[in-house]
Amino acid sequence: MSTPAVRLQDVHKHYGSLRALDGLSLEVGAGEVLGLLGHNGAGKSTTIKLILGLIEATGGDVQVLGRSPCGQDNQKLRMMLGYLPESVRFYEQLSGREVLDYFARLKGVDRKQGGRLFEQVGLAHAADRRVKTYSKGMRQRLGLAQALLGQPKLLLLDEPTVGLDPLATREFYQRVDELRRQGTTVILCSHVLPGIEEHIDRAVILAEGRLRAAGSVAELRRQAELPLTIKVSGRWPDGVWDDLTSQYAVSETAPGHVTISGAMASKMELLRRVTAQQGVEDIEVMPPSLEALYAYFSTQFSNEGNVPT
Amino acid sequence: MNAILNVARKEFRDGWRNRWVVAITAVFALFALGIAYFGAAASGMVGFTSLSTTIVSLSSLAVFLIPLIALLLGYDSIVGEDEQGTLLLLLSYPLTRPQLLLGKLFGQGGILAVATVIGFGAAAVVITLFSDQVAGVELWRAFAYFIFSAILLGWVFLTIAYLISVVATEKARAAGVALLVWFFFVLVFDLAMLGALVAAGSGAAADWLPWLLLLNPTDVFRLINLTGFESAKAYSGLTAIAGADLFSPRLLTVVLLAWVIVPLGAAIWFFRGRNQ
Repeated sequence: MSTPAVRLQDVHKHYGSLRALDGLSLEVGAGEVLGLLGHNGAGKSTTIKLILGLIEATGGDVQVLGRSPCGQDNQKLRMMLGYLPESVRFYEQLSGREVLDYFARLKGVDRKQGGRLFEQVGLAHAADRRVKTYSKGMRQRLGLAQALLGQPKLLLLDEPTVGLDPLATREFYQRVDELRRQGTTVILCSHVLPGIEEHIDRAVILAEGRLRAAGSVAELRRQAELPLTIKVSGRWPDGVWDDLTSQYAVSETAPGHVTISGAMASKMELLRRVTAQQGVEDIEVMPPSLEALYAYFSTQFSNEGNVPT
Repeated sequence: MNAILNVARKEFRDGWRNRWVVAITAVFALFALGIAYFGAAASGMVGFTSLSTTIVSLSSLAVFLIPLIALLLGYDSIVGEDEQGTLLLLLSYPLTRPQLLLGKLFGQGGILAVATVIGFGAAAVVITLFSDQVAGVELWRAFAYFIFSAILLGWVFLTIAYLISVVATEKARAAGVALLVWFFFVLVFDLAMLGALVAAGSGAAADWLPWLLLLNPTDVFRLINLTGFESAKAYSGLTAIAGADLFSPRLLTVVLLAWVIVPLGAAIWFFRGRNQ
């Protein structure tokens, strides 16, 4: 059995009386893409810093690629990690190539790799321009190129798409998908939920320094038993949806547009009834988003941490 | 060592791009030439006059300018990287905190050294070319000594700036503290010394008061450059309380070096404890 890329066992991190992490246990398998989700202050950044060995845990055990990140040989371990910090601003007076050169030298990586990375992140045309002239999306691509120096085994991305427009966000995740295919382990920290579902293998939800839920998005959905919502549009006589109200929540958002929500389990039955109705022109099925799941899990256990498995 | 040099190279390049190097060099050269030419205006002449007057005037200028420039150069080196997020990134690299600080010191210290050598050196060249009163060898020796001590003075305030930068939590606060430190060493300290001197009169305190001058790096710098010139006494202000032979140049140089090392050590110490 291969060792997990990251293993946290009952990790505590206290800053004075503040408990940033309060008994967190977590495993990330090799080659897995893990979404680390939670509000600001939930403990995501603390977890990342512990994995990077920037801080030491107050209690518990942290293992990264089978080593302790604060141990003697952590310099070697750091060569195998890639990290993109939250909203980092690189040296504006230097060109993208100079910035990447700087970090390549620090990591002891052949600088020729920089050229390939510029190709890979789609920044080759702007490599010799000053970072000052870069758009937000280009800066983030430079950040990703930096994180990919030395082909890291474990990649930590902290809020990588904050401030990016939808197109740049999509491009960014396409690159993450590429890495996933190549077998890189990725930990993706985010509080922006829409859009990341399809790019992660597993999600972990943190709140107040504890693990609230873990599993694939489908598993989490099942656990939360969040309602399924369907949107129906068309033209129909008044009152045709009345007999559904006993079982489902029905609301008319606009004339000819109705939103019906109910338990996931009754999905097929509901769909049959809706499609049988005359005058229905369009049906849109909306499974609960990660956002809804997240809201559910972080309020559900706000007092005592009965971590569901 | 590689890591330190790598950081130093990047800092130097950054300073070059920011026009720091060019700006500081130009300021030094202009002021040095102006002072050399107009320095004797008080005695009713313009033109390059006695070497001692030139060095004394240059020292008085350098004492104000160099600490200010060094503090400006260094105050945001850690707290600034922290605010832009690169500090966290750098520390996740195979790079230790002392290596990062030393690299900064070599890079930015290099900027100061280059600017000092070129700026004041250019002035020395011009004076040699156009002055028939000042002898060559004597001039160059005096300037070499002046430039060497000016570089050390710059490094002193660079390491003080790092200490401020490491302790500060915000860039703006670091800037404020840097200005206060400058104000203290350049103005307040000497005023307080003067007060103490007057209060002490000619009692026993007058014997040990001069030693207090060593607590201010700008006064140490002044002493280094003035003790060589007997004729400079009249212009040297407060530092005149130290007799010409009280401190040897070697001792003064060692003290200035200590002023580089102690704040640097403190900065490394506090950097280790800085929360990430």
